[in-house]
Amino acid sequence: MVPIGHYIFLSAAMLAIGVVGIVTRRNVIIILMSVELILNAVNINLAAFSRLVGSVEGQIFAIFIITDAAAEAAVGLGIIIAFFRNRETVLADEMDILKW
Amino acid sequence: MLNEAIFYFFATLAIVSSILVVTRRNAVQSAIFLVTALLATAGIFLNLNAEFLFIVQVILYAGGIMVLFVFVIMLVNLDVALHQVQFNRQWFVALIISAVLAAQVAVALLVSRGTLYATAPAPPEMLEPNTERVAFSLFHTYMLPFELASILLLVAMVGAVVMAKKRV
Repeated sequence: MVPIGHYIFLSAAMLAIGVVGIVTRRNVIIILMSVELILNAVNINLAAFSRLVGSVEGQIFAIFIITDAAAEAAVGLGIIIAFFRNRETVLADEMDILKW
Repeated sequence: MLNEAIFYFFATLAIVSSILVVTRRNAVQSAIFLVTALLATAGIFLNLNAEFLFIVQVILYAGGIMVLFVFVIMLVNLDVALHQVQFNRQWFVALIISAVLAAQVAVALLVSRGTLYATAPAPPEMLEPNTERVAFSLFHTYMLPFELASILLLVAMVGAVVMAKKRV
């Protein structure tokens, strides 16, 4: 098996890339994609430790995280469609109607 | 040896395509590279003897969720968004966050160097047969979370339909 530190490093790198995407992008769809990247990084960590310990429970939690990602993507994209219908934009910094 | 080669191949692929997801201007290109990143992660799952997780990742993530993304990209008007500025001026914040994260991971790896690398990995036979073990655990120990996840999916489905409906 590849040393566990390499899996942790890969996971941390993907998480950092996802965070950079969330902070710097303006397009909401790409922000949601960055969230998916972050959840994916978590799954790599869980699967790696599941392999290290020899217990299947890490994979169970990864399956639950995939379920959450599906729910989050469905609701988030629904919100994007509803917002686009009202304001004709997908840019995150123009979504300020809750400010008033 | 082959195991290592496969891991480093998929890890490089995952990181490069993740970077491309975040930096491409066009949302469709980002979606394509997100598929590549997710499939590379699926390869890493296979490398980790998690066959069920691998197939769930391919079917659900690279199949289902990405279709959803591509559909929404099609529905919202992309041509207008393409000519707008794609990045806001928060590179400094992003830089600080990534630096803090990198320092945190480096310190954690450094501190736990002795115990982490000393732990010998369990024999891969402990995860076989993978699908049966996952199913057994899912339907015995984690029965309640499993049912809660089904309720969550139902709520998300209803919520998505209500959100995207023309008139409520």
